[in-house]
Amino acid sequence: MNRFERQIILPGFGIDGQTKLRNSSVLVIGAGGLGCPILLYLAAAGVGKIGVTDGDKVALSNLNRQVLFGERELGKNKAETAVRYFQEKYSDIKWEVYPEFITTENAQELISGYDLIVDGTDNFPTRYLVNDACVLMGKPLVFGAIYQHEGQVSVFNLGENGCNYRDLYPRMPSASEIPNCAETGVIGVLPGIIGNLMALEAIKVLSGFGKPLSNRVLFFNSLSSQTYEVEISPNPESKDDMPGSFASFEIMDYELACEGVKQLTWTEAMRKMNADVAFVDVREPGEMPPLECTGLIKIPFSSLSTQFGRLEDSEEVLFFCQSGIRSQNAARQLQEAFPDKKIYSIRGGINALKTN
Amino acid sequence: MPNTIHIKAFGMIAERIGTTELEMAYCLDSAGLLELLRAKFPGLTTTKFSLAINKKLISGNQEIPENAEIALLPPFSGG
Repeated sequence: MNRFERQIILPGFGIDGQTKLRNSSVLVIGAGGLGCPILLYLAAAGVGKIGVTDGDKVALSNLNRQVLFGERELGKNKAETAVRYFQEKYSDIKWEVYPEFITTENAQELISGYDLIVDGTDNFPTRYLVNDACVLMGKPLVFGAIYQHEGQVSVFNLGENGCNYRDLYPRMPSASEIPNCAETGVIGVLPGIIGNLMALEAIKVLSGFGKPLSNRVLFFNSLSSQTYEVEISPNPESKDDMPGSFASFEIMDYELACEGVKQLTWTEAMRKMNADVAFVDVREPGEMPPLECTGLIKIPFSSLSTQFGRLEDSEEVLFFCQSGIRSQNAARQLQEAFPDKKIYSIRGGINALKTN
Repeated sequence: MPNTIHIKAFGMIAERIGTTELEMAYCLDSAGLLELLRAKFPGLTTTKFSLAINKKLISGNQEIPENAEIALLPPFSGG
C-alpha cells in the first residue's frame, strides 16, 4: 500500500492518474489565503514537483485563513515557511522555493520549468502579469480569486482553443474599483473553498480526470451557497492591451497599466528625495507609527482635495500611506488636477517600510 | 412575466445595485441595457464588469432574447 491508495482505487483516476500526477510539476504563485489550501491538497495528492513563489512575510492578520502558518511564523517568508512545513510532512515531492514576488523580469524563468501554473495572488496587476506570461508561454493556468463573500474559478489557456483571463476581462480594472480583502475583510473558509476548487482543477488538468473548467468560469457565493457557471468564448478585445511578445511583456508596467499610477519602492523613493520633491504622508492623524523627517508634508487623505494648493509648486510628488492604497488614490486625484506633475505612490506604504 | 429581463449581480456590482437579483423591462440589446443600468445606478459607471446572457459571456453589443437572464460579472482580485 502507498499513501495514494485511496485515489488509485478510485474508478476513472487509477494508477494512470496517479502516475501522471507524479510526473507533473506545478508552480503555485502566492502562498496566502488561496495558496495554503492549494498547496495542502496538491502535496497530499502527490504532484511530483511543486514550486512556491511568494515574497510576502507572515502577518498576524493572515492567520484566520492562511492555515499553513501559526504564531511562531510571524515575520517569516511565506514560500520558505510553507515549503519547510511540507518537507517534514512528505518525502516524495520535489520542492522548489522562490521567496520573491513574480515580476516581468523573473516570470519567464519561473514559469518555464512547470507544466501548470496556479495563480493564488491577490491583486490585479499580478493577475494580468501571470495571465499574459502563461499565454506567451502556452502554459495552462488555474485561476481563482475572491471578493468578500464570493469567489471565481476558471482554467485558462488549456489546449489550442483555451480562453484566458483577457477573454473574460479584456480591460484591466484598478484596485480602487474593487478593493481586496485587506480592505474589505474575509471569512477564512472562503479562500479555503476557492483554493480547494483550484487544487481540484489542477489535479483534473494534470491527471486527465474529469472535465476541467476550461472556457467556463464558476462563481461561488458563501452567503447563499449558490454557484453560477458562465461559458467563456474568445473575445476580440482580448488582445488589445496584451503584450504580443516577451520583449514587450518585459517592459510592461502592470501596476501603471492597472492603476494609472507609477509606484516606487521605498529604496527607489529614497533615491529620488531632494528639496524639490514633495514627500507627502496622507495618513490620518494618529495612524502608527508616526513618521518624522525634514520636509515631510502631512495631508490626511480625507482633506486632500481641499489642500492641493500646498503641492502646487512641486514638480514631483511622492505619496505614501499605511498600506499603499490611499496613496494610489491620492496620486490619481492629484494627477487629474495637475497632469504635468510627476506623481508617485510608494508601494506597500509604511507597512513595507517596517518589514524592510 | 413576459418580456422581462432577469438580472443577476455579483460582487461589487451587487453592492452598487443593492441587490443580487433584479427584474427589468425588456430591452433590445446589451448596450441599451447597460445604458439603462448606469442611469439607474450611477455607481456602475466607474466599475468595469463583464456581461453574460443566458450564462454565456458576451463581447461587444448583443441582442437580448426575450426573458433572458443577464449576469453582471465583475472581476475579483483577492486571494
